[in-house]
Amino acid sequence: MTKRKIKVEALARVEGEGALDVTIRNGTITNLKFRIYEPPRFFEALLVGRMFTDAPDITARICGICPVAYLLGASQAMEDALGVRVEGPLRDLRRLVYAGEWIESHVLHVAMLHMPDFLGFQDALRMAHDHPQIVESALRLKKLGNRILEVIGGRAVHPVNLKVGGFYSVPRKAALRALLPELDWAIGAAGTLLEAVGRLPMPELERDYLFVALRHPAEYAVVDGRLASNQGMDIALPEYFDHFREDHEAHSNALHGRTNDGRPYHVGPLARWAVNHDRLHPDVQAAASKAGIGPVVRNPFQSIIVRTAEVLQALIDARALVEAYEEPDAPAVPVEPRAGTGYGCTEAPRGICVHRYTLNDDGTIAAATIVPPTAQNQPTIEDDLRAVVESNLALDDEVLKWRCEQTIRNYDPCISCATHFLRLTIDRG
Amino acid sequence: MPRPKLAVWKFSSCDGCQLSLLDLEDELMAVAGAVEIAYFLEATRATAKGPYDISLVEGSITTAHDAQRIQKVRKQSKMLVAIGACANSGGIQALKNFADHEDFIRRVYARPGYISTLATSTGIADHVPVDFELRGCPVNKHQLVEVLTAALSGRKPNVPRYAECMECKRRGTVCVTVARGEPCLGPVVQAGCGGLCPAVGRGCYGCFGPMETPNTAALAARFADLGRTPAAIRDGFRLFNANAEAFREEGDRHDQA
Repeated sequence: MTKRKIKVEALARVEGEGALDVTIRNGTITNLKFRIYEPPRFFEALLVGRMFTDAPDITARICGICPVAYLLGASQAMEDALGVRVEGPLRDLRRLVYAGEWIESHVLHVAMLHMPDFLGFQDALRMAHDHPQIVESALRLKKLGNRILEVIGGRAVHPVNLKVGGFYSVPRKAALRALLPELDWAIGAAGTLLEAVGRLPMPELERDYLFVALRHPAEYAVVDGRLASNQGMDIALPEYFDHFREDHEAHSNALHGRTNDGRPYHVGPLARWAVNHDRLHPDVQAAASKAGIGPVVRNPFQSIIVRTAEVLQALIDARALVEAYEEPDAPAVPVEPRAGTGYGCTEAPRGICVHRYTLNDDGTIAAATIVPPTAQNQPTIEDDLRAVVESNLALDDEVLKWRCEQTIRNYDPCISCATHFLRLTIDRG
Repeated sequence: MPRPKLAVWKFSSCDGCQLSLLDLEDELMAVAGAVEIAYFLEATRATAKGPYDISLVEGSITTAHDAQRIQKVRKQSKMLVAIGACANSGGIQALKNFADHEDFIRRVYARPGYISTLATSTGIADHVPVDFELRGCPVNKHQLVEVLTAALSGRKPNVPRYAECMECKRRGTVCVTVARGEPCLGPVVQAGCGGLCPAVGRGCYGCFGPMETPNTAALAARFADLGRTPAAIRDGFRLFNANAEAFREEGDRHDQA
């Protein structure tokens, strides 16, 4: 029996600290664990006893890359518990600030964290020598995403202007309209980026996923909706906890999301794409089709194409929202504390992010549950890795190791969210 | 002459501060030209061995393993800069320092036996000597460029230690406490964000931590005059810099639980 051992001390270009252990005996995988050892930060415990108004800013600190997912998910859950609805122009502003986060987060991942894998570069800075136009254009797109966050939220990382009920103040019409020239450039640039991503050498893998995403009657759902799957599930948000569960396993500080009957499921770009392809702007459908993807994508490596198409969708949505914007009469809907339980869920760039809070009469938090996207994807990532290792046993250790890293990066994992650093060990026994 | 080696390290944190480096869209390529990025896992899988000329450290120490790891980082680093509220004072996760740690684990995890962490979250300077502390939750990316520029030219970073109020005055923001009775931590919080919160009509909630010689007692008395309960005053100091000495002590004074 030959013994091969591969060890990677650190998985890079992900947000967080994790590790991968693979054991192969006689060509068969006997053990595979995607471990998350990011130290737990106990958000759900430290929220208990705080006022409901503190939850958005505190939970934002779960993730510096997708703070709006937490600001908004927590705010919506509180609004649900307190019986208020935030609609019309305030909801539109929330959609717009979230478009900023999608653009910033997706472009960072596509061009700076993921694309170097496909082209064989260690990082985007080295890739910039051979592909300067891609990196320059990506940085400018990312800057626009951050600019949208700043104009509405006050700051790109951990925006200060969002709260339960809406905003502290709303931007002037002129401030938003000033974004239009750059948005026009960006829609063209995202189309060019999508063409480039469609030409990337693409590893082969097809998997039969259970896709779960928000679905909205008219929009490519981001800020709200019902929960839907590619297998006919259609439920209201509070039913989430009846259909899905979280398991605590010894090898990870992140809980593992599964369906109640124990099946892994898939959240994020591929799930949104499969569930909501008919809600995409026709220009996005056409551009994606030219880039080589249909209405359902089952190759997880092609998530880079879907993510880029979603940047285009976010830009087209952002442009329409800016053009239609009229300053609302009030920056927020008034809220009064009362006892109750509320639910919130948005499509973070990495997938659905579910919040549930129970409040006491005085508005203090009695209980908090937050289900981040990467925890839900963790069993699916392990299944993908198993399939990749099994079908690539002929690759030498260094190439297989890199392919495993790329497989994990398909999910743009946000390990700080899931509870960061990946150490990869392949033991071929 | 070889370029100075830059390393970026992560401990318990949200990644927002190191993301601020990647958010330097206009300066990133210039920074990458001025230094050798020797260790920065969020950006590159290529790593170079130490010693490192400049280490940026994000995050707080919450595990025995990380308490050992920071010692190794210090030994390999000529200059160590703690970036952000987690690295400065323990971050939002330091709220557990005020609670029953075992109870926290039970509330979040079904099988507490799988979880191994310290009872406290502490800043980097509690463990090793720190050459400079850059404040913020997150840090201000322009201040981060100033710290790197200063380090490369061998001078002290030009980062003000005065109160946040100065930024509102310069910006021409009407004081939210004086005009509307809105509690604001600005008088005791170090400047650096640019006066963001009062500019949108809310009180400062303390991302940049205590300024030099903050008079927290006087401010807390003002909050009480404005009708804030002791619990609200306590929780106001117990946010992202809850474990910074001045805020910890003032928060404790209003803890009647």
